[in-house]
Amino acid sequence: MNKKFSAARNFVLSAALVAAGLGSAHAEDKVKVGLMLPYTGTYAALGNAITNGFKQFVEENGGKLGGREVEYFTVDDESNPAKATENAKKLVSREKVDVLVGTVHSGVALAMAKVARDTKTLMIIPNAGANDLTGPLCSPYVFRSSFSAWQPSYAMGEALAKKGVKNVATVTWKYSFGEESVAGFKEAFEKGGGKVVKEMTLPFPNVEFQPFLTEIASAKPDAVFVFFAGAGAAKFVSDYAAAGLKSSIPLYGPGFLTDGNLAAMGGAGEGLLTTLHYADGLTNAKDAAFRTKYAQTYKMQPDVYAVQGYDAAQMYEAGLKAAGGDPAKQEEVIKGMASATIDSPRGAFTLSKAHNPVQDIYMRQVKGDQNVVVEVVSKGLEDPARGCKL
Amino acid sequence: MNVQASLILKLLVVALLACVPLTGESFYIEIVGKILVMAIFAMSLDLLVGFTGLVSFGHAAYFGIAAYAVAILSPQYEAASLWYVLPASIGLSALAAFVIGLFVLRTKGIYFIMVTLAFAQMAYFIFHDTPLGGGSDGMYLNNKPSAAIFGWEPFDLTNEVHMFYFILVMMVLVYLFLTRILQSPFGRALVGIKSNEHRMQSLGYFTFRYKLGAFTLAGALGGLAGFLYAVLFGFVTPELLSWHESGNVLLMVILGGMGNLPGVIAGAFAFEAMREVFADLTKYWQLLMGGVIVAVVLFLPGGLAGIPGRIKRAMQGGDAK
Amino acid sequence: MDFATFLIQTLNSLQYGLLLFLVASGLTLVFGIMGIINLAHGSFYMIGAYLAFVLTSATGSLVMAIALGIPLALAFGAFLEWALFAHLYKRDHLEQVLLTYGLILIFEQLRSLLVGDDVHGVAIPAFLDASIQLTDVMSYPVYRLAISAVCIVLAIALYYVIQRTRLGMMIRAGNDDRTMVEALGININMIYRVVFALGVALAALAGMLAAPISSVFPNMGSHVLIISFVIVVIGGIGSVWGALVAALIVGFADTFGKVLIPELSGIVVYVVMAVVLLWRPEGILKKG
Repeated sequence: MNKKFSAARNFVLSAALVAAGLGSAHAEDKVKVGLMLPYTGTYAALGNAITNGFKQFVEENGGKLGGREVEYFTVDDESNPAKATENAKKLVSREKVDVLVGTVHSGVALAMAKVARDTKTLMIIPNAGANDLTGPLCSPYVFRSSFSAWQPSYAMGEALAKKGVKNVATVTWKYSFGEESVAGFKEAFEKGGGKVVKEMTLPFPNVEFQPFLTEIASAKPDAVFVFFAGAGAAKFVSDYAAAGLKSSIPLYGPGFLTDGNLAAMGGAGEGLLTTLHYADGLTNAKDAAFRTKYAQTYKMQPDVYAVQGYDAAQMYEAGLKAAGGDPAKQEEVIKGMASATIDSPRGAFTLSKAHNPVQDIYMRQVKGDQNVVVEVVSKGLEDPARGCKL
Repeated sequence: MNVQASLILKLLVVALLACVPLTGESFYIEIVGKILVMAIFAMSLDLLVGFTGLVSFGHAAYFGIAAYAVAILSPQYEAASLWYVLPASIGLSALAAFVIGLFVLRTKGIYFIMVTLAFAQMAYFIFHDTPLGGGSDGMYLNNKPSAAIFGWEPFDLTNEVHMFYFILVMMVLVYLFLTRILQSPFGRALVGIKSNEHRMQSLGYFTFRYKLGAFTLAGALGGLAGFLYAVLFGFVTPELLSWHESGNVLLMVILGGMGNLPGVIAGAFAFEAMREVFADLTKYWQLLMGGVIVAVVLFLPGGLAGIPGRIKRAMQGGDAK
Repeated sequence: MDFATFLIQTLNSLQYGLLLFLVASGLTLVFGIMGIINLAHGSFYMIGAYLAFVLTSATGSLVMAIALGIPLALAFGAFLEWALFAHLYKRDHLEQVLLTYGLILIFEQLRSLLVGDDVHGVAIPAFLDASIQLTDVMSYPVYRLAISAVCIVLAIALYYVIQRTRLGMMIRAGNDDRTMVEALGININMIYRVVFALGVALAALAGMLAAPISSVFPNMGSHVLIISFVIVVIGGIGSVWGALVAALIVGFADTFGKVLIPELSGIVVYVVMAVVLLWRPEGILKKG
């Protein structure tokens, strides 16, 4: 990188620091939280759940983070990567937020992470699972309160291999999250002695699954592993059951297959086993309190997305506490977050060097409208963070 | 408006734009920079829609191809030379437009709209489904191209102010270039094709060649916009090629008033400003946006450029009574 | 691929193609007869699916929901034509594209305000909730076959209406030459209103029928919109028969594309469209 650049950047940075200094001279300023989440479009429900979770923690914390009042700046990212950089910049350079929280869509999160890195802004990802975010693109400024695509799928691969399943066919959308999930599954499953006999993909967001069901019926693998989420997941599970395959060839997948979709499947999901870092029927006290409060406040049951939003706030609180409540002391905030143990409704977790949760992965089974925990299949699973140099 | 007044107005606008970096607010420098990029993009489409009468509903493809070209052609850890990636990206977009033009220009009317859309979708899926450009997640442009020529660096694109002026100069150049083109025999032939293609043919024009020329040129200029976008933001995604983006740029064109370059630039500003203001105003901004679009189509057929004329007519009407 | 699998894939192709036909038929009518490009057609599909969800929850039966939903959709279509589309006939295509693009935004946001953003399921009517065993492990849901049957019946009915009735004659005449029809003293505006309402109702019906198997979710209209356009263009604008043939072609291309060339399955249908247009720039069956 040339000198001119660093000189210019230093100038900009020092200007920013001066500005920040002036800001804190006004003393006990509010903490500025930038929420960049989908509030319209396909993922709107997830964006709302994350926001609810985040705000619930702040409420429980006396309306404050790090002892300061919280001021929210909200941007609807529309799950549109084409507008992502601009939206993130709006929060960072115009609103001068202390922390950027977002988002659901991986492509949008990647654009945000670039802004966070370039502007040295703290960022907490409350969902997007792209491995790269805490892999080759990892950064001291970027944290994740959710999961990497690798985690739940790897755990499922291990579990199926242990069960003695030999041949598995996979189906997913042809996009990064799906392909990373299948890769994580395959890695663990083949390490454990199984074999992925058929890998099938279809263009996102196509939901005409019938051709694949026919292929599965003809190949007759021991089991099928799929990654789908949202409406596509509901449709796949319904179609799979309607084709009569559910009784003969068991279906597995990361928990996104069933989370938030059970009502839409209308019973077709009953009995399915999925892996995720959260489940219904956990027995820790934190979860019970979280769920009661959430149900009271928002008149609906919380889901994994609400938990991830809640934990994003918890992580930031831990960082601020370590920095004596001053968001401007960014290095200390980062240290505090990186070394914190987060008492999450999902069970306590710590953060890996790459800032991804090191967490238990649960095997869950669909019972009625719940994903009930069966067991912990992988204790303290850490994403390998390949390509991360932190 | 007489010629002189209009020239002064245009110079004023450029001068005003040139003052934007003086604010020192990096957000505004970047957002205005982005709008200028979109203005270039909209002008390139106006060449087709407004002047040649070809309603392309897949113009985002050329924008996206050039944007991806910079990201793919730039090495991962160092800056590529601007003097290589700029012509290469524009060239790739122009090539794509030329090849696609050979096919789509065989069709007319609604078919033309739909076929341009289909080809843009193909380009979208190529970037979305293959590892070529990072798949659905898109890819970073880690280092902005360097403008150095034999060690001498006239300007530095990593500097946001330099970047802004680079974009502004490009926009002015594109404007002047298109104005010039439209006054040339080639440009007059295009306008002739728009008003009556059969007549042009009977006058001995090979209209297909003219249309292909316009289509390629529009693709190249759209590519320039895409190139600038990628360098400005350092991130490209398949969504840049989606039909929504093609729709948005059409909207800028019609908002500004087809066949009117300064109007189209104003259209780009109005469109982006509307999105900003509405999104800040309410969670339900899409409702407002949709409402405005419907209203513009129903009540403002000439776009923004038609407003002065309307006011004039209204005032004259008032005087007469 | 063994022969049994091939046969089942053929069945899948037919079934998918017929469902696509249902969405595309309304679009091609509006397109061809009124000369209107309607991007909001996908929204009518979405509205139909949500109607099915809301009305099924209210009445407890999808059949009831459809019976109530069709008149609602017809009325809605007639209203839209009167309020908005009637002003567009003399305008160019670009303005139609934009107006209907604006409508998509409005419809999606209203959907979000009224029904929320969650994914919903719609129960299959009990008398169709069964399946036929095809191979030792695979069976075929009766509901899917029922949808195909409805689509075939509708295709025949549409063909009959257009070719054999007085209304159809006027529609065909309007498709060919608007001024001529007007000169004959036929109220073309009334015809347009009927056709548009019919188009909306067909799209909504497609959404209602598809709701139980596709589930009901935000932005579902945009998924079918582009593919419907492809079908209309391949089939020839305005041709119901062409839309049927094209929908089946797309059904086959998509199904076998996914299985045989998964790497390129995203672009298969667009390649088919490009090839058809090179061969016949006005679609396979221009006019209907």
